[in-house]
Amino acid sequence: MFRRKDVLGLRDWSKEEIALVLDTAAAMKDILGRDLKKVPALRGRSVATLFYEPSTRTRASFELAAKYMSADTVSLNASASSIAKGESLLDTIWTIEAMGVDVVVLRHPVPGTSLQIAEHTRMHVVNAGDGAHEHPTQALLDMYTVRERLGRVEGLTLAIVGDISHSRVARSNIWGWQKMGAKVRVVGPPTMIPVDIDKAGVQVYWDIEEGLRGADVIMGLRIQLEREARGFFPSFAEYTSFYGLTRERIRSINPGALILHPGPVNRGVEITDEVLSSANAAVNEQVTNGVAVRMALLYLLLGGGQGDGFAS
Amino acid sequence: MALLLRGGRVIDPAQGLDMVADVLVEGSRISAITTGSGMSRPDVEVVDVTGKIVGPGLIDAHAHLREPGLEYKEDILSASRAAVKGGYTGVMAMPDTDPPVDNAAMVQFIYTRGRQAGLARVFPVGAVTAGRKGEKLAEIGYAAQAGAVAFSDDGQPIANSEILRRALEYLRPLKRPLIDHCQDANLSGRGVMHEGLVSFELGLEGIPSAAEEVAVARDLILSAYTGARIHLAHLSAKGSVSMLAQAKEKGIPVTAEVTPHHLILTHEVLRTYDTNTKVNPPLRTEEDRQALLQALRQGLIDIIATDHAPHASHEKRVDFNQAPFGISGLETALPLVVTYLVKPGYLSWMEAIARMSTNPAQIFGLPGGNLRVGSLADLVVIDPETVKEVRPEDFASKGKNNPFIGQKLSGWPVMTIVGGRIVMRDGEVI
Ligand SMILES: [Zn+2]
Ligand SMILES: [Zn+2]
Repeated sequence: MFRRKDVLGLRDWSKEEIALVLDTAAAMKDILGRDLKKVPALRGRSVATLFYEPSTRTRASFELAAKYMSADTVSLNASASSIAKGESLLDTIWTIEAMGVDVVVLRHPVPGTSLQIAEHTRMHVVNAGDGAHEHPTQALLDMYTVRERLGRVEGLTLAIVGDISHSRVARSNIWGWQKMGAKVRVVGPPTMIPVDIDKAGVQVYWDIEEGLRGADVIMGLRIQLEREARGFFPSFAEYTSFYGLTRERIRSINPGALILHPGPVNRGVEITDEVLSSANAAVNEQVTNGVAVRMALLYLLLGGGQGDGFAS
Repeated sequence: MALLLRGGRVIDPAQGLDMVADVLVEGSRISAITTGSGMSRPDVEVVDVTGKIVGPGLIDAHAHLREPGLEYKEDILSASRAAVKGGYTGVMAMPDTDPPVDNAAMVQFIYTRGRQAGLARVFPVGAVTAGRKGEKLAEIGYAAQAGAVAFSDDGQPIANSEILRRALEYLRPLKRPLIDHCQDANLSGRGVMHEGLVSFELGLEGIPSAAEEVAVARDLILSAYTGARIHLAHLSAKGSVSMLAQAKEKGIPVTAEVTPHHLILTHEVLRTYDTNTKVNPPLRTEEDRQALLQALRQGLIDIIATDHAPHASHEKRVDFNQAPFGISGLETALPLVVTYLVKPGYLSWMEAIARMSTNPAQIFGLPGGNLRVGSLADLVVIDPETVKEVRPEDFASKGKNNPFIGQKLSGWPVMTIVGGRIVMRDGEVI
């Protein structure tokens, strides 16, 4: 069963743990399909979201997940300025802990912060993205979405396209998919592919045609606007022409592939509208499944299944 | 009153000496090394050091003492206490203070504060460029006259190759080496750790080995071109070592140092995101570590230096990107070298002492570093067997930032003698 205090990253998770979350999420998705989306599973428990980086979508997903299970939620705004002031993150955490919060969901721009914090608090810590390190719930919802659509993750080939170096989504998916017995490819210009990534069992493609050929799932990543200025690629036009996920490209190379994107999308840069609205894309399902996966995680973390009123 | 260290294993690389003997200190100097003297004069304090090692006091060629300006991290008194607790009788103070040590008055100030502390000898290193800004030469000549033992902008590389060339040329008649922090700042960029598999997994920005290697190549070329002596600080990468080997083969006047942490740790330890493992240059791969070890053994790398970089605990207790680089290292360097290098047989005691005392003294023209009769009595007594845990509360340094906290190490210094005076005994600074 699920014995973790925290959800920090998938790199040290087992296949069984991932499968348990995906199975539990399936039960949660049933609740999301009901008219009255509320079960008493987490009544009396409290969940705080602490975001040092804006992300309306991820935050709302966690908060709704908690609310659908009757947990109390509190959302704390932490601005970048409090980081600049050197205000201690640990002090903030201990304040939240003192208020009796059970789970803290943390989004932070610096890798490793959720790990550093988990060691110093009794609360359950859920990493909602720490810099370029991990975004475990995103990878879990991606795998859930694929399992729902294609029936499995095992044996599939995933091609992640774009800025792998700076992507926590890429990392969590790499660890998760490999654990589940899938193959992972990364596709992009060498400036955006981490040094030594091949040592992690990942196949590297600089050529998008080669990288997409035979892939069952194609995941586009968001290109951060400042990367151009930092010299990772010469221009957006050139990036789109070499690495953009266009309808023609998908159609000619891999017409049956399932298309994912963690959002938010730079339309027309890394992926076109046409692809996003095609039957290949599962981007909206990803959003729905995100709530189900987060419900499952909160439920499992808080000792779900032990006479708490939710029978699965 | 004279002092007799009786029955220790006396090791002096300067004379190739390794034997059980008595060391007699009279006044500030060594007056005799004899075997079985049985000396008993009423005016001699006899200390039994049977089973212990007696060597020339350690000399650290690279420490950040933080005074003036950054006394909340460390000051010359606290650093001097840390030094003698660590078995050091001499410490070279890097000039990256606030204001920096970039003129004769500042050099004199460091000497004065060192003498006032009255523990280890403090040798100021002068800045190469005015204000350490990398733009124009500091008044190197005046600073050398005032006693600066070497010149460095450490903390940052000298980015402008022409400035480096001029500094090297200017230093030739002054006979002082230039110590360079070898790093191409554009290549190291915003990196916080070694670039490789682990930085990918942790999602942290990497500093490639190439950032160091490019600078080492440039420094060696300019040393050869100008004929001036250059000392490469804290090497971390395999590629640097092979270039160093070629340069020494060609007779380029280059020397180099490595820190205990680069010899012992790799980037794997960063997996905990412990900010005490954040150092510059970063901890690199096992392959790099092995290359450094081998180079040290062969004598290609001349010196083990601490790069003692104390920081206040609140500065390190932040997220990994915000934390400053550095380890407070004066008090753990010797037991680390004994535990990880001497005991497993990578270095003999003679070699370890040469690289921590005799070589730095020779390279920078410092007193100490040998046990010749008539020399200054700067000595360390080491207990090779006692095992002790590294505990921050035991540190005399204000900086408790050290990745070895909690480890049990052996080979601690039990006595430090500076100029004939016992300044540390059984871990207590006197
Ligand atoms: Zn340095
Ligand atoms: Zn330094």
